[in-house]
Amino acid sequence: MADETTDNDTPAEVLADEARDSVVERLTEVLGDGVVESHVQPGADVWVRVDGNRWQDAARALHTMDFAYFGFLSIIDWAIAPEGRYEDADFDTGDDGESISSVPEATGVAGGDTRFQAFARVHSITEGLGVTLKADIDDSMTIGTWTGVYPGADWHEREAWEMFGVTFAGHPRLRNLYLPSGFEGHPLRKDYPLLARVVKPWPGIVDMEEIPEHLEAQLEAEVMAAFEAEEGGA
Amino acid sequence: MTATSDQQRHAYVASQAAEARVNVELDTGDMILNIGPQHPATHGTLRIATQLDGELVVKADPIPGYMHRGYEKLTEVRTYRQITTLVNRIDWVGNFANEVPFVLAAERLMEVEAPPRAQWIRTILFEMSRIANISLFLGDMGVQLGALTPVFFAFRDRERVLNQIEAVTGGRFHPNFDRIGGLKDDLPKGWIAETKDCMETMRNFCDEVEDLLLGNPVFQARCRGIGVIPTDVALGYGLSGANLRASGVDWDLRRDVDSPLPYDQIDWKVWTHTDGDSFARFWVRLQETREATLIVDKLLDGLPSGPIMAKVPRIIKVPAGEAYISTENPLGEMGYYIVSKGDVGPFRVKIRTPSFNNIAIVSWVLRGVFVPDVITILGSLYFVLGDIDR
Amino acid sequence: MIADLSFWIFSDYAVSTAIKLAVVMLIIPLTSLILVYVFLFKMMAFMQSRLGPMEAGPHGSLQLIAEALKFLQKEDIHPDNADKHVFALAPIIVLMSTFLLYVVLPVGPDLVVEDLDTGIFYAMAVSSLSALGVLMAGWASANKYALLGGLRAAGQLIAYELPLVLAVVGVVIQAETLSLQGIVHAQANWEIFGIGSGMPFIVTQGIGFAIFMVAAQAELTQTPFDMPVAETELVGGFHIEYTGFRFLLFFMAEFGTAFAFASIASVLFLGGWSLPFVDPTANWLNIVGPGVMLAKILFLSMIIFWVRFTYPRLREDQLQKFAWKLLIPAALANIVFTGVFKVAF
Repeated sequence: MADETTDNDTPAEVLADEARDSVVERLTEVLGDGVVESHVQPGADVWVRVDGNRWQDAARALHTMDFAYFGFLSIIDWAIAPEGRYEDADFDTGDDGESISSVPEATGVAGGDTRFQAFARVHSITEGLGVTLKADIDDSMTIGTWTGVYPGADWHEREAWEMFGVTFAGHPRLRNLYLPSGFEGHPLRKDYPLLARVVKPWPGIVDMEEIPEHLEAQLEAEVMAAFEAEEGGA
Repeated sequence: MTATSDQQRHAYVASQAAEARVNVELDTGDMILNIGPQHPATHGTLRIATQLDGELVVKADPIPGYMHRGYEKLTEVRTYRQITTLVNRIDWVGNFANEVPFVLAAERLMEVEAPPRAQWIRTILFEMSRIANISLFLGDMGVQLGALTPVFFAFRDRERVLNQIEAVTGGRFHPNFDRIGGLKDDLPKGWIAETKDCMETMRNFCDEVEDLLLGNPVFQARCRGIGVIPTDVALGYGLSGANLRASGVDWDLRRDVDSPLPYDQIDWKVWTHTDGDSFARFWVRLQETREATLIVDKLLDGLPSGPIMAKVPRIIKVPAGEAYISTENPLGEMGYYIVSKGDVGPFRVKIRTPSFNNIAIVSWVLRGVFVPDVITILGSLYFVLGDIDR
Repeated sequence: MIADLSFWIFSDYAVSTAIKLAVVMLIIPLTSLILVYVFLFKMMAFMQSRLGPMEAGPHGSLQLIAEALKFLQKEDIHPDNADKHVFALAPIIVLMSTFLLYVVLPVGPDLVVEDLDTGIFYAMAVSSLSALGVLMAGWASANKYALLGGLRAAGQLIAYELPLVLAVVGVVIQAETLSLQGIVHAQANWEIFGIGSGMPFIVTQGIGFAIFMVAAQAELTQTPFDMPVAETELVGGFHIEYTGFRFLLFFMAEFGTAFAFASIASVLFLGGWSLPFVDPTANWLNIVGPGVMLAKILFLSMIIFWVRFTYPRLREDQLQKFAWKLLIPAALANIVFTGVFKVAF
């Protein structure tokens, strides 16, 4: 059962993942400096961050590279939520629009410079591997649509539009998918309050006291004894 | 005098009215028919606004969202252990299968691997929830087309599968049995023999459905050539599961993607069909159900012994990183893209549900078909509403 | 004047009419009850590995009475935009057509409400009245599903009226009469090549019988021809907006008509109340006849409902194709052959 976790446990075994590396190479060939950053996790996954302006070109390039299968498309909001688990975090709750592009901490695989990041995943049936594409969304909150290349992006973009307020330029019917048409706000943005958490703040982790070490070892032994007694049973 | 003038006036008005009625053309424009949100064919609260010319569908626009529960938002304020409870409710018919990709993704981020026995039991339960899910489809497809009997057979035999799942997990619909690093419990005693018997029942059920529906000329007349989805369209819309395989794409995440689940250790077959129509989708699902029973049998035969839980800390904090793991769920590709910042809960979870993509194609495929075909196509695409409105 | 009236009231005609009316009024709920209980509740349940209703009465036999009472207690609702008079009238017209069918059905040598000379012609004519009622219901409900259902029903009833009538023509040629009582007698006395006495017409009219049963299935809007109702697409079709008492009328009409069609089929093709090798004029047949007839009717109803519970439903265009391209030519061919044989022998 070779999988990535064992690879990661023993860095000596980490080999170059040729198939995934070549995806990045081929994409760089087509897009040139459109590819901002990339990250390959051998045996597991590949991330490519492209320039927000080349988002559609990236889709076309991938489609011609036989990545015909459309997985999903969505947005990440890198801001820290004011309530919930992060209520201690220092966060600018202002809705003045200025906070939009400020990134609390540049994070995530393949990096990021803006608060909102589009990410999508496509798959190649012939090569049997998927690639996660990312792009930063600047203050205009606009990014190109993928519907021309992958028709399935239609609903995903509508969802992203209503949930994050990101406009997809060129999308033919950008209207609400889940939310009623008069809905105000963008629920999946981190600064959109989750009412349940506002009413009743995050209680923290309850019922999770650390078991004293000597007891833990004892418990472990009991469990293992039970296994051995029932080995192959069931 | 007045009487006469009144009569004259009335006569004049009447003649004008009659004239007007003759000259008015009957409005033969299109009719908007709302199928749903409360309609038996929409399995819940999907609404499809169709524009009809007679009975011909000119345009169809699916409108989901009547049951959206905001799971992606909720995951951001919950811990990993709590989230398995949430995701159970996404595809409520294929319950257990929802937890698996989430737990696998979290395990990948934590670089933990569940022990082999846990993976095998996971796979067994995974396949059993597939059987429980698709057997319902097999019966329900009959109901959609007007045959009442198969669905009762489906409920009768599905009951046994659910009982078996309940015997292990304690829950029929929302097991919440997966833990990061393994499973909550081992199998109960005597379960293996009972399950093998249950799988035999399900194979008989598949035969019954084959006799009742698949070979039925009326069923074939209603399904063959209806709602054909060509390969490239299916790929572009991201159709997955049996819908994709019925369009001739030999693609199954269980086989084609490396995963810790032991599918590569047993011998099984991926079924495809080249027609891409409703009948092909039904056929593929029927074969898959039968195949799943065989997979369960083989997994039960080769079940390794050992612990069912890897050593994980009491408080699960997933290291910062991103991981996407998808598995071949009963409805298709279900995946979780987890973004972690090293906290007790994920920073963002993108839930990629199969029905979302499978139903996005509806407005494409429902053009130029008749109203009854709408039902056939919706039935054959097979969606669970919780899977669209997650 | 009062004397005149009392004379009229107690005249034989008035009394027999009153009795006949009472019988017909009784028969329709009764037949619906039998069919619904035996087939819809019990046979369907056993086919689907269920028990069906078990609580009301022994083995749930009073379930339908409970249901009927429930329906009667419900509020009589009609949609705001409905054409109220037409809406109210439609179920009555549908039920009326069922009532009128029972007028000519013979159940014994002397047991018939009115033995019309043109009996079968009349039966076919009044049975198609229900199409009108269904269309009215579909139109007046101010509901798009109901409208689609009503239009489907109209198209379907027109398409299947033809093979139904044409299938009957073969029998009529063979019996040389349009009277249903006459057709029963013709079968009771009929010998085929000198063999037997009282052979039913199904022996020679097998094709006619098959066409009649298929067309009746469509006429009754039972699966596989239940597009006008189609629970999973039109959610009940023309009776989608009906509740309570008016829905009960539709429900009763559906099963009452099923019973009536099964009895017409049994009269035309299975010899009605007569038995082979039995003198049809025998007086005791007035007592045994209804039982014989009921057995035949239940057998035919069983076939109707068996198909209903087993088959998926066709699409409207497929149904029309089936009627015009298969059933009608077959029925015409059947008439030609029957005519030729009638002349030849």
